[in-house]
Amino acid sequence: MRDKARTPPVLAIPAVIGVAFLVLPMIGLLVRAPWSTLPRQLATPHVLDALRLSLITSTTATIVSILLGVPLAWLLARSSFPGRRLVRALVTVPLVLPPVVGGVALLLVFGRRGLVGTWLDSQFGITLPFTTAGVVVAEAFVAMPFLVISVEGAIRAADLRYEEAAATLGATRWTVFRRVTLPIVAPGLAAGAVLCWARALGEFGATITFAGNYPGTTQTMPLIVYLALETDPPAAIVLSLILLAVSVTILVGLRERWISAP
Amino acid sequence: MTGPLLDSHLVADRGGFRLDIALTAAAGETVALLGPNGAGKTTALRALAGLLPLGAGHVRLDGGTLDDPARRIWTPAERRPIGVVFQDYLLFPHLTALDNVAFGPRCQGASRADARRRAGEWLHRVGLAAHSRAKPRHLSGGQAQRVALARALAVRPALLLLDEPLAALDAGTRLDTRAELGRHLDDHAGATVLVTHDPLDAMILADRIVIIENGGVVQEGDPATITRQPRTDYVARLVGLNLYRGHADRHAVTLPGGFTLTAAGSASGEAFIAFSPGAVALYRSQPDGSPRNVWPATISGIERHGDNIRIQLDGPIAVAADITTTAAADLHLVPGSQLWAALKATETRIYPA
Repeated sequence: MRDKARTPPVLAIPAVIGVAFLVLPMIGLLVRAPWSTLPRQLATPHVLDALRLSLITSTTATIVSILLGVPLAWLLARSSFPGRRLVRALVTVPLVLPPVVGGVALLLVFGRRGLVGTWLDSQFGITLPFTTAGVVVAEAFVAMPFLVISVEGAIRAADLRYEEAAATLGATRWTVFRRVTLPIVAPGLAAGAVLCWARALGEFGATITFAGNYPGTTQTMPLIVYLALETDPPAAIVLSLILLAVSVTILVGLRERWISAP
Repeated sequence: MTGPLLDSHLVADRGGFRLDIALTAAAGETVALLGPNGAGKTTALRALAGLLPLGAGHVRLDGGTLDDPARRIWTPAERRPIGVVFQDYLLFPHLTALDNVAFGPRCQGASRADARRRAGEWLHRVGLAAHSRAKPRHLSGGQAQRVALARALAVRPALLLLDEPLAALDAGTRLDTRAELGRHLDDHAGATVLVTHDPLDAMILADRIVIIENGGVVQEGDPATITRQPRTDYVARLVGLNLYRGHADRHAVTLPGGFTLTAAGSASGEAFIAFSPGAVALYRSQPDGSPRNVWPATISGIERHGDNIRIQLDGPIAVAADITTTAAADLHLVPGSQLWAALKATETRIYPA
């Protein structure tokens, strides 16, 4: 009888090393955490401020990404316009672009003297750099492609004939999108939103470049972790633990509700 | 109102294939569009539903013109008073049976409560009131088919389109569902066009059958006429008859190869002659006596056919013959055997081409 689960060593050994490589750092965080001073560290006002700011900005960035990204994904998946492939490629550039470069690019466009920034400032008195809104912009810039790619894939895979069936029942294009397409791609949208949110929560490079590091307004959790590592390493570990806990909790919660649902 | 409820001439080109058929249906009438795969049935149905633009021709329904490319008239699917039951039903997977049926009335502007009430009535009519809260994946094939029918009828369409409504069901369910579908079609005040490749569906459900092959109409008529007088090989196979076309001179029909069959009836000029496989008798040696048609034949195929054995024969004409298993045992049947086939003139039907 052949053992079906038998794995050749040439695959098993690198796989085990791979798992260790991914899991050990997280175990390290847990092992080295200053558990005795944890409550005191948590209660520090600027830590709570940073946590609140991180949750608010990453959630807002995710909402912005959904509002702009879902229609964009629909367009990429369903309509054919000249240069669609080029647009698709451009949209995914932030996925591979170093975040610091993204931050510089955002400054050049939305900065006080930037292409769009000058106009925003003169017309509406809006300045984005070094504000909480700037954090949202930086996070959305980096995270939205994750959502677009995920939703576009889901829309492509969805059966067009359901939309035809809805049309024969009298549904307009918008009703079809709202009541048929969107519910059918909901699992893909949820997965994309989680990826997008997690990426926004962890955003560092573009945020510090474009929005700076002002406690209370632009200092998010990843920024405070990095700063604490130089001045107060145990605090950095605690802050990292919090981020890890928040990410894992939300991922697990959403996974059970949405992603693994049949 | 005078004239048919549906008056259409459907012309559409799809990559080398051309559909060109005229199709009409009166109020309360069920017309079956019957044909082999690839004949253009589904293309015709999609064109009527507004899911496929017409190349030429027209669609007029209930006194209004829905489609007329020459006059640049086009009505999108969502504004046509047409309900469709799709082949695999396409019930929205995220909605309950009730909300699937309520979808159409909602789109027509009914309030949520009103749409649900109407949907509930329709589910009751198709006998599924108890399943109104079920999601489609929890419904059996027959139940899903009835929900799909209720959903299509709930928009009160002037024209109901059914695309192979029974093809996805197993044989047992099909029998009951077909009978129930027939009752609902009788109640439907508008016209119905039924697309199918199953002759039984067409014979039982339709008032009139339009047979299409290769994008064109080859025969049209009530089920009884189609069954008795097929006009193409496809139709003849569907209704289980041997069919030949030749030149008739009173009782003798001369086929293109020169072979002559003698019929009891008579005709003159181009004519069809048809007979059932059961009318062909087989003998090991040349029979003497009464049959007017006797010819030597070679067995090219043998298969079971119901309680009988169906023998495919080559010879001056290719013909199918049905014989009993007892007779088959006596005849020593193997492909390639030489036999004599005989056919009584009284077993044939002759009609003008």
